[in-house]
Amino acid sequence: MAAEPLAELTRRLEEALGRGSVITDPVRLRTYECDGLTHHRAVPGVVVLPETTEQVAAVVRLCAARGVPFVARGAGTGLSGGALPRTDGVLIVTSRMRRILSVDMAARRAVVEPGVTNLAITEAVRDLGYYYAPDPSSQQVCSIGGNVAENSGGAHCLKYGFTVNHVLGLEVVTPDGEIVELSDDDPGYDLLGVFVGSEGTLGIATKITVRLTRAPEAVTTLLAAFDGIERGGRAVSAIIGGGIVPAAIEMMDALAIEAAEAAVACAYPEGAGAVLIVELDGPATEVARQYEEVTRICRETGAFELRTADSPEERAAIWKGRRSAFAAVGRISPAYIVQDGVVPRTALPGVLASIDRLSREHGIRVANVFHAGDGNLHPLVLFDDARPGEAERAALVSGRILDLCLEHGGSITGEHGVGVDKSRYMPKMFSEDDLDTMQRVRCAFDPRSLSNPGKVFPTPRLCGEVPGVRRGAHPLVESGRAEQF
Amino acid sequence: MDGRREDTPQGTAPYGTAAHEAAAPYGTAAREVTAPYETVAHEAAAPYGTGVAVREAGPGDAVSGVRPRWVALPESTGEVAALLRHAAAHDLAVVPAGGGTKPHRGLPPERCDLVVGTGRLDGVLEHAAGDLIVRVLAGTTMETLAAVLAGRGQRLCLDVPAGGATVGGTLATAEAGPLRFRYGTARDLLIGVTVVLADGTVARSGGKVVKNVAGYDLGKLFTGSHGTLGVITEAVFRLNPVPPARRWVVAEPAVSGSPSCSPSCSQGSALDTLAGLLAASPAEPSAIEADLPGPGREPSLAVLVEGTAAEERARAVRDLMDGHGPARVTDEAPAWWGVPPGEETLLELRFPPGRAGGALRAVAAGVLPARVRGSVASGVLRAGLPSGVAPPEFAGFVTSVRDGLAGLGGRLTVVAAPPALMTAVDPWGPVSALPLMRRVRERLDPGRRMSPGRLPGGI
Repeated sequence: MAAEPLAELTRRLEEALGRGSVITDPVRLRTYECDGLTHHRAVPGVVVLPETTEQVAAVVRLCAARGVPFVARGAGTGLSGGALPRTDGVLIVTSRMRRILSVDMAARRAVVEPGVTNLAITEAVRDLGYYYAPDPSSQQVCSIGGNVAENSGGAHCLKYGFTVNHVLGLEVVTPDGEIVELSDDDPGYDLLGVFVGSEGTLGIATKITVRLTRAPEAVTTLLAAFDGIERGGRAVSAIIGGGIVPAAIEMMDALAIEAAEAAVACAYPEGAGAVLIVELDGPATEVARQYEEVTRICRETGAFELRTADSPEERAAIWKGRRSAFAAVGRISPAYIVQDGVVPRTALPGVLASIDRLSREHGIRVANVFHAGDGNLHPLVLFDDARPGEAERAALVSGRILDLCLEHGGSITGEHGVGVDKSRYMPKMFSEDDLDTMQRVRCAFDPRSLSNPGKVFPTPRLCGEVPGVRRGAHPLVESGRAEQF
Repeated sequence: MDGRREDTPQGTAPYGTAAHEAAAPYGTAAREVTAPYETVAHEAAAPYGTGVAVREAGPGDAVSGVRPRWVALPESTGEVAALLRHAAAHDLAVVPAGGGTKPHRGLPPERCDLVVGTGRLDGVLEHAAGDLIVRVLAGTTMETLAAVLAGRGQRLCLDVPAGGATVGGTLATAEAGPLRFRYGTARDLLIGVTVVLADGTVARSGGKVVKNVAGYDLGKLFTGSHGTLGVITEAVFRLNPVPPARRWVVAEPAVSGSPSCSPSCSQGSALDTLAGLLAASPAEPSAIEADLPGPGREPSLAVLVEGTAAEERARAVRDLMDGHGPARVTDEAPAWWGVPPGEETLLELRFPPGRAGGALRAVAAGVLPARVRGSVASGVLRAGLPSGVAPPEFAGFVTSVRDGLAGLGGRLTVVAAPPALMTAVDPWGPVSALPLMRRVRERLDPGRRMSPGRLPGGI
């Protein structure tokens, strides 16, 4: 798009928001060129920093009137390029919308602005014995607005669910600039549920009502070391099969452990080919019994060392290696790709064996870190981009891992989102009709495809006019029995 | 083409009001019933050439008083698609139907040519116990599903009222039960769905894994859609293990005798205090339910504790409740547990938890004698009204209670009512997202042929 339309729009944005809230300086614009997935880059046409819902709506209306695309961005920690800007569009950054508007402990909910960090919600209510349950590993910095867009999970979503299970209401600016409330209490279609996880393609959330969860009475974290992932996997099956739903079950393989040791010296048991982290929480009596059961299962399935953490410090020591895993592979490899595939949990052993074969076949190392309880794999595909052809082979292995996930009835993304990164895989997971139906929903919200275009769907759908829609008043309105609302 | 409105006397639902296990109207007729019709000449619109079992509709097939012309009993998603393609080609209005257990849900359809009964879309397709998921056809009853799952020690934590409701009907009406407090509702447990749109398009979203954020969640869209977006043919749910033990703690909390406060007001305040304590209890109850039979009768509160160490945890809950009147631990649910407080006329009160007192005052101010029951700690109560209420009284009641709830940040929805009452009120009240819902409907069913007018606001 030519610079001219944006120049006029920029003036209008400055009038609406004030010059201090509009960024046009090329150097500052460049700081917004990517999110956490750094190999997709685009310098935004213009960046705005609204402070209120009305300002967001004003920006969106200005864009809509000109047919200019816009992208919302929270903290920019996303891992699928969901907040990749448009060079011909406006990037709406929510970093100045970070007020916690209300906390209602009787109702166990809080209302927050989209720029509030995930952890800030927990910090606001921790002293009252509550927390906000979804805990993506970027929770110290990631914004709740971004969590809503991506339907973020975290290590504890095995027991507690995802963002969508904890958001009770939203105030949303629709792609035509209307301000609409979506509530869990609304009858009819669950548009709240559709909006969460729509990756910014249905509008921008400007207020978020979240559920606050009571902190469990007891938390026990267990680390079990196995000679390899097969035995660790057997322990996971036995735990779930035994009717226990831990708060989290995480596994790391030998290469991932090696990286974590190199990076943070987590001091996991010597010689471990796999470590399993099991976190149990809930009523103290229940946790105590489940702990006995889990330790028994781990011993029986071949754990050669068990460690237990009861205090927050001991727990942090166990989690240290796991939490650092993504960044840690930087210590053992110049570059890497993080994958986010999902398989049915029972398919894990077979899929891990196939990943191992792929790795050998292509001479590309793969470190495995995964949410074992729900089959969410985060293979770290390691490569050296200085070596010719290695980046391509790594990309190939990474793509083949997603194929494996789909062959086993899984998903191409468990929590990172589709964004720009995985849109090309969508046709492998969904039929043309599936995608077209989803895009019909998109058309209902955003017929001109201005809100975060180019994300999620591999090819845009032309929405067109709605054919054959009944015009005129609803019979109930006509008969005076209902008002037009 | 329009369905004919039956002259049903008010209060006599065409489906009958009894539980429908035996009376489920769809899926019971044998396929042979179609045979005689196939030899007769038909008008082109009749869906006999689709290869799907079809019969002519009788008076018992009426939907909220509107009689269809045909009832089809497809056996697969493909057959549903064939039917809906035929319906699209002949501009037939289609209403999906499950077990027929919720005859008074929604407004009467503006027109209804073809009822698609899902009774033969029946069966559990896949129960992957190790993955804690189940894939099931939409016409399967919740009881059948529960029995299959229980065989492997698992359950779907969607404890809807017993009586033959199907999976599809449960999703389409967004029905839930007491377990919502801990496990959420259908939208939280549904992880994949297959639907057939008005034009016969078969669409799927989600999948067989619990953790999955690829694409829009069409399952959520169809949850609460009341047949207005298409036909749900298949669902995948996340499951939980059957808890090793369950205990209920039941109490009749004392009603304060303060003269400045009506009985329901006192009950409400006590309820909020108790419900708040219970919700925050480290014993982690799975459900907190209240039954408020109305003026002059004892309210009850019952709490479900389940899982490991249920007995010890139940005793802890009992100690909490004891301060508000004697409480007892039992291993059986009270008779009213999970039973709707009314069959014909049912209203749903939603409010932020902690404001049940205000909600009950709003009901008491509505004059009609309502029985209120539900998930008090979740801010969801239902009110049942006796039969024989006249439309003007009903409209007055709805307006009054709705106004009261609005002041609490809550809302009132008419969930079920005989057509004469349903059409006398705005069943939903104001919904900010209504224009968006209407636009979604226009995109998915531009011809407005799926259960047209079943939902308020021209949806």
